[in-house]
Amino acid sequence: MKENRRQVWGLIAPTLFLMIFIGVIPVIYVIYLSAFKYNVFAKVPFRYIGFNNFRKLVFDTDFLKSLRLGLTFVALCCGIELPLGLLIANLLTMNFKGKGIFRTIMTLPLAMAPISIGSIWVLITNPDFGPLPFLFRKIGVEYNMGINANQAFFTTVLVDIWHWTPFVVLTFMAGLTSLPNQPFEAALVDGANRWQTFRYVTIPLLKPVILTTLFIRVMDTFRIFDEVWMLTSGGPGTATRYVSIHLVRLVLQSMEYGYSSAMSLFLLYLTIIICFLLLTFISSSREAA
Amino acid sequence: MSGGKKTWKLFLVYLVCILIAVATLFPIYWMFVISARSRLEVFLGPRLIQTSFYSPNYYRPFVQDVYGRYLANSLLIASGNTLLVVCLAVLATYAFSRFRVPGSNNLFFWTITNRMAPPAVFIVPFFLMFNRLGLRDTQFGLILLYCIFNLPFAIWLLKGMMDGIPKELDEAALIDGCSLWGLLFHVIVPLAKPGIMVTAILNWIFAWNEYLFAAILTSVRSRTITTGLAEFVTVIGTNWGEMAAVSVVCLVPAIVFIGIAQKHIIAGLTFGAVKD
Repeated sequence: MKENRRQVWGLIAPTLFLMIFIGVIPVIYVIYLSAFKYNVFAKVPFRYIGFNNFRKLVFDTDFLKSLRLGLTFVALCCGIELPLGLLIANLLTMNFKGKGIFRTIMTLPLAMAPISIGSIWVLITNPDFGPLPFLFRKIGVEYNMGINANQAFFTTVLVDIWHWTPFVVLTFMAGLTSLPNQPFEAALVDGANRWQTFRYVTIPLLKPVILTTLFIRVMDTFRIFDEVWMLTSGGPGTATRYVSIHLVRLVLQSMEYGYSSAMSLFLLYLTIIICFLLLTFISSSREAA
Repeated sequence: MSGGKKTWKLFLVYLVCILIAVATLFPIYWMFVISARSRLEVFLGPRLIQTSFYSPNYYRPFVQDVYGRYLANSLLIASGNTLLVVCLAVLATYAFSRFRVPGSNNLFFWTITNRMAPPAVFIVPFFLMFNRLGLRDTQFGLILLYCIFNLPFAIWLLKGMMDGIPKELDEAALIDGCSLWGLLFHVIVPLAKPGIMVTAILNWIFAWNEYLFAAILTSVRSRTITTGLAEFVTVIGTNWGEMAAVSVVCLVPAIVFIGIAQKHIIAGLTFGAVKD
């Protein structure tokens, strides 16, 4: 038995060691740094200030604005992607030839580097030669993401929809194909029409999958960085400055490591709380089902 | 239902599917088109068809400029990270699967929180730590760092596979006088090979695609292809053709891996959202 325990620790030790080094120590370091005013260019570069960083954070209008913007982005993206994905998934689980090809096509955006997706959309939306501004000009709308804040915001939403709807489709497809047959037969016998079957049989059965997908999408859109960074870098002005972008810009431009750490810590805890709440909600609804 | 109505319905289904496919593929197609155009051709306006191929777009960045080295760095880092993660994950997963390890019930939550935390949150501590340890701007530093997301994910993916291997096989091998190492390499690894391959492929794609940490923690020597791509947009004007060419090269692994293992990696890409 003793031999056994030694073997177990021997197997896990390298993983444990590495995860402590890159997973635990940085978090402790962030907590430590958040209590200091740490700016390499200041007269006193490293000074203990207690909770003052957090006090500053709560009244930082730029940060609060980016938080609000990020949450709007999350709501908009998820609100469009999930219904759209559900429709497409329903379509692709129908019986027709060649649907495998469409599924393969849907996989493509998921495996691509987010940064190259950003660069693709830079090419699409370029005001000089991009097809999107060209189409908009045809209907008499001047489209320039570098100037118009609203257009920039909706372009990032569009890019996110393009990138992640396939994810929603694939998870819903897997969910739909694993549903039991009996309830559908019963609905058919009872004379339910297509819409009634969908509304009162498919949706309730699919609820756990829908909630899990929603959870993953909420977390992913909340922390979005690469695509938006490549596309707009948070601009024009602060129109697309979502939380991750705001934080990175703060670190790169102001070099305020202490204050950035406080903001990081706040975001980390916000993520964990949202994560925990959604997971509890999901598991309780699974038990109810 | 009459035959005519059925044909109509089928036609409608195909029409919608083709529309979706076009919407998905057009941006990618556009990137390929731009990568084949010279500076002058790019600005002739949005023409959809391209017949000629302007090879300097590929030749100049990768042969004359530094992008060849960025590419080599990316290959090295992604492969090195995959090797490290797979080796560690096989050992750890075996322990998680066969012995009672404290905390193994929280494996899923651990994986999920590691994936869900915004990476931007960690740039300050990593930047300062890596500076102090001399790991900044080294390939080795990034190889270690990418384990933070990939290792829990790999363990979680492999665990299902490992649980499926009957325990009796281990016992038989151990009774036959096999050591733990022999058991791992001659029994477990060959049996778990398909799962290990899928894990390795996904891990490789994630490491290849990563941008933020690579951008913050490297400056010259060990930049990766994704950071190189982001450097293209400059104040003095961008060479769009070359940017598109680098994007194309950045995309190649994704296409190759989807080609060879599409069915198997979907479960991983969707993060097993529907596993149970």
